[in-house]
Amino acid sequence: MKIKSTLENYIFVLPAVAIFTIFYVIPFIWVFQLGLYDWDGILPTKVFVGLGNFKEIIFQDPSWWQAMRNAGYITLIALTFQNILAFLLAWACDREIRLKNFYRVIFFIPPVLSEIVVGMAWRFIINDIDGANIINRTLINIGLPQLAHSWLSDPKTALTTVALVHSWKGFGWGFLIFLAGLQTIPRELYEAVHVDGANAWQSFRKITIPLMIPVIVLVAILTVLGTMQAFVLIISLVQSELAGHTSVPVLRILASMRGSSRFGYACAQGIGFGVILVVISFIQYRFSRRARQIQ
Amino acid sequence: MKTNIYYKTKGVIINLLIHAFLISVAVTCLYPLLWMLSSSFKTQETIFKDLSLIPAKFHFQNYYLAWIQGGFGRYFLNSIFYTASVVIGIVIVASLAAYAFSRLRFPGRNILFIMFMAAMMIPVPGSFVALYVLLNKLHLRNTPVGYILCMINVGLSTSIFLLKTFFDKMPKELEDAARIDGCSKLGIWWNVALPLAKPVLAVVVVFNALNVWNEYILALIIFDSKHFMPLQVALQTFQGEFVTNYPLLMAGLTITALPIIIVYLLMQKYIVKGVTAGAIVG
Repeated sequence: MKIKSTLENYIFVLPAVAIFTIFYVIPFIWVFQLGLYDWDGILPTKVFVGLGNFKEIIFQDPSWWQAMRNAGYITLIALTFQNILAFLLAWACDREIRLKNFYRVIFFIPPVLSEIVVGMAWRFIINDIDGANIINRTLINIGLPQLAHSWLSDPKTALTTVALVHSWKGFGWGFLIFLAGLQTIPRELYEAVHVDGANAWQSFRKITIPLMIPVIVLVAILTVLGTMQAFVLIISLVQSELAGHTSVPVLRILASMRGSSRFGYACAQGIGFGVILVVISFIQYRFSRRARQIQ
Repeated sequence: MKTNIYYKTKGVIINLLIHAFLISVAVTCLYPLLWMLSSSFKTQETIFKDLSLIPAKFHFQNYYLAWIQGGFGRYFLNSIFYTASVVIGIVIVASLAAYAFSRLRFPGRNILFIMFMAAMMIPVPGSFVALYVLLNKLHLRNTPVGYILCMINVGLSTSIFLLKTFFDKMPKELEDAARIDGCSKLGIWWNVALPLAKPVLAVVVVFNALNVWNEYILALIIFDSKHFMPLQVALQTFQGEFVTNYPLLMAGLTITALPIIIVYLLMQKYIVKGVTAGAIVG
């Protein structure tokens, strides 16, 4: 009776565990296995190269490191510009203000759209020299026609443009999480320091910021993980890697797999990149605990 | 001494500045989408001449051309089919597992649950390479079944987490009553637990629906034939073939974006909940 009941209980988790094992656990193990081989993805023979793939990534693949730098650059802009914007918007909405719900609904429209739609719509708006390009038209109208150009085709401006469109698409996430965090701060605290004669800036510095540190770190971790791995937006926005100028690590992995048919190398790149991501978020997490202890 | 009027004027000015800031960002959010919509009603000739947000003349034939000639009708139905199948799959599979993790006792329960949660936190950037190999071996590549199963797996961990959190807080009395009435465990799950979980199921449905509708990379890798492609991959292919036909492309983008925007506006309460809950996970 007891055994029958336990078996019955396993039926509940069986579908989930089966799908999870086949489509997560097995590929996860294979990535580590394949990373040690040289394999074109088709032939039945794989050549064991040990850590050769990893050595090649570290010492002989400048395009990989350029991609890492590019992703780092986009992430830096997302961490600063995008998150500061999100925080300011959340702070502006965290009060008795008209249209609060309207703003909240609008700011989260870009995040629900796909990267393909966002990339193509923005490409249409900003990449033509004339015509539909509103930024170029404005530049020409205010007497700076020499600055008007194809923002996404010029290697000098392409990456920054990508980062800004990425921020446009992503700030709504930070905004919602920051707003939820701000709303948990008890109003009485603000009133108390107000009675003590603190001005708006002082209460922002002494109450809002310290109490929001855990939320800020959370958003920072999510931003780093999300932005470092972003690549679909670049595919749709730039339509090429611009000879490496807008390449990012996941695009390199995709190129190793589909372009040069080096499946083993692609897996090794995936592992290397995954380890870097885990280390970064772990450091951020430790940093947040330190910050909380200091308080 | 500063008067009442001073403070009132100061308050009004600050309020105006805050609104100006919020409105300018809101306009920046909406402008590209309105521009996309407006351009989809223009023609090849007028798109670079008629630069107003409201076109001088509305041409609806772009939508007809995209839907019939561009094949967007087919891709649209594909996307609907994948989204519906994956969401139904996730709701059943995840709620069964979450109910077991919350209510039933069996050896290995905690380890299994921890495994699902760990999967949610460990990023595996190259996993699509291995998935491609796996689906090839199983002869599931270039099949809808292969794609649907992969996408069910993608949404599984988060959905199990959301549902288990809900079941943990749910009172047990109703289930006890059903058990005394002779209801089986599966019967209790279906007749008692699932109906009670409607609010959190709404979050799970909306969240996964957005995710599947917007998914690109797995669909790109899994499908070779156009026949099976969902909208996102079709758009990218379409862009390669009709590089310069912007009105047609904008019609395709609108067809892809509109369902999501409508669902979002109708269900935004649940999406906001999902975001905040998802953030707690991290």
